[in-house]
Amino acid sequence: MPLLQSLAVRRGALLLALVVGGFITTFTTGLNPVSVYATMFKGAFGSPRKIWILLQEIAVLLCVALALTPAFRMKFWNLGGEGQILAGSLASAACMICLGDKIPNAVLILLMLVCSLAAGAVWAGIPAVAKARWNTNETLFTLMMNYVATQLVAYFVIVWEVPKGSGNIGIINQATEAGWLPQIFGLKYLLNILLVAALTVLMHLYLSYSKHGYEISVVGESTNTARYVGIKVDRVIVRTLLLSGAVCGFAGFLLVAGTNHTLTTTIAGGRGFTAVMVAWLAKFNPLVMAASSFLLVVMDSGAGEISTAYGLNHSFGDILTGIILFFIIGCEFFIAYQVHFDKKEGGHDA
Amino acid sequence: MLDVVSFVPRAVAQGVPLLYGSTGEIITEKSGNLNLGIPGVMYVGAICGVIGSFLYERSLDGAQINAALGLLIPVACCLVGSLLMGLLYCFLTVTLRANQNVTGLAMTTFGVGFGNFFGGSLIKLTGAQVPSIALSATSNLFRRSLPFAGSMGWFGKCFLSYGFLAYIAFAAALAASYVLEHTRVGLQLRAVGEDPATADSAGINLTRYKYVATCLGCMIAGLGGLYYVMDYANGVWSNDAFGDRGWLALALVIFTIWRPKVSAIASVLFGGLYILYVFIPSGPAVKELYKMLPYVVTIVVLVLSSLRNQRENQPPESLGLPYFREER
Repeated sequence: MPLLQSLAVRRGALLLALVVGGFITTFTTGLNPVSVYATMFKGAFGSPRKIWILLQEIAVLLCVALALTPAFRMKFWNLGGEGQILAGSLASAACMICLGDKIPNAVLILLMLVCSLAAGAVWAGIPAVAKARWNTNETLFTLMMNYVATQLVAYFVIVWEVPKGSGNIGIINQATEAGWLPQIFGLKYLLNILLVAALTVLMHLYLSYSKHGYEISVVGESTNTARYVGIKVDRVIVRTLLLSGAVCGFAGFLLVAGTNHTLTTTIAGGRGFTAVMVAWLAKFNPLVMAASSFLLVVMDSGAGEISTAYGLNHSFGDILTGIILFFIIGCEFFIAYQVHFDKKEGGHDA
Repeated sequence: MLDVVSFVPRAVAQGVPLLYGSTGEIITEKSGNLNLGIPGVMYVGAICGVIGSFLYERSLDGAQINAALGLLIPVACCLVGSLLMGLLYCFLTVTLRANQNVTGLAMTTFGVGFGNFFGGSLIKLTGAQVPSIALSATSNLFRRSLPFAGSMGWFGKCFLSYGFLAYIAFAAALAASYVLEHTRVGLQLRAVGEDPATADSAGINLTRYKYVATCLGCMIAGLGGLYYVMDYANGVWSNDAFGDRGWLALALVIFTIWRPKVSAIASVLFGGLYILYVFIPSGPAVKELYKMLPYVVTIVVLVLSSLRNQRENQPPESLGLPYFREER
């Protein structure tokens, strides 16, 4: 199906989802759906500050989606984004806490970056090696690694908690700001956003124009073909997953050094899972992913405004997001296949 | 020293939701559907039961609760809610051949959001004059155990002190095991999950098997959510309290290598691992490491089973793949 037509189908599905979501809103809460959507829109774009937060949220989610893409193109279902982000965050925070006032700031930030990338890569590398060597199911392995990472972070949060017994770390290096990413032009999140924008372009080039990217596509289409043409499948799997995990670790670095300046077990905030849907909605095209992560982040931050405006639970946004996802997932069928309805006339099936 | 008599009942209470979830998921996965929406389904099952019994208790207006209705309403609501989730999953993945991982994750987003939204807003939406959702009357019905359990010492405490949903969980797991291994229906279901093309050419109605197995699996998993709220949590709903048990149920599926009868025992083991930190004297930080145990054990089993590479210990061959007859 031509691109314009398939975009039209997706837009139609989105519109239909909003209408159904509106009906459900009215049915369950008795509110006017138009005003609910307006409130969501205001919650997402209402003020310059909100727009900056929105952009930074989009940047982080996009970063995770970019990380998962090379693996997905290879048909390796990396559902461990959450754990890989946490591993990266943990490494960053560890550097900040242990070395905060001992080495120059620039060196510290560089060290944090390297450690985060390495931690994320290791976290994805373990399932990748198992997949390459023993064909262990990667979906389930990466999924389990998320919870191992969560508990590991929970352990270190208690080890490093300030003050003792509070159960959280608080802002790290608040006085010295050691290990914090610098603000450029006085804007807190701009550096995060620019870094991810650059990463998006790089990832697009890597996947579409490099030898590695080509090998990934071949392995994804058929491992037998890949073997036949002399691609070392094991090596491609491990290499791609190391990259995937490292970029997830980079997202963790951005979250700790650029945005939150703290470490919690929920710092990844489900992005490892949301990013799967972001990547899939964009058909694994890095540039289109910017649009799909925009859609999901707007839904989420708009939902926060509903809860303050109407006194409802903010999870309403998740319900609407779910409905939109169901519709878009469903509409892919009508893009991939042409539907013929059999007309039964005089016993002849068409 | 580990106090076994108080440890076992708590391990069982933790294990029952996992057992429901894993039994449901095993049946689903045997049909070749990898339903990652199970955590969401369990939330939906739980909250539908809560909504049902909340409205029922409110309509009583202080009158005595009718035992039969008090049990039937939440169970029926729970089953209907999870059935709808199952139908949605099947419609998207079987009829529209959508990607199973993405559909499942979307269902989890939706389901957890659905549970937390109604859990957090039910009181406001119905205009009730209560501070929190506490369904103590319904919960008492669910928690009612055998009358002579208290007089039988440690035996009663370990084996007879649970509400009826706990026993149904074990019965369901054993029944599922029997059907899968010893009946024609089970054989055909396994064939669908292993090699749909072969099953299709043998005249098995794939669509029907996938729909029925997945929907049934979702309904069983939903009961796990209901058990958690009504029995384990004493009828008190609090948002996100159910936590990551849905994913743990998925871990249990792998741990038992797709065998429901093994999961009847393994679920108690998992429940025990889940709460082991309460019983082992240690610092607060080390406790967090103990909570890692169920997942680490699952990973070890996953790797070992792929390492030994025996054919009977593998996931269903076509797990996670859509089937389209005209695509060869």
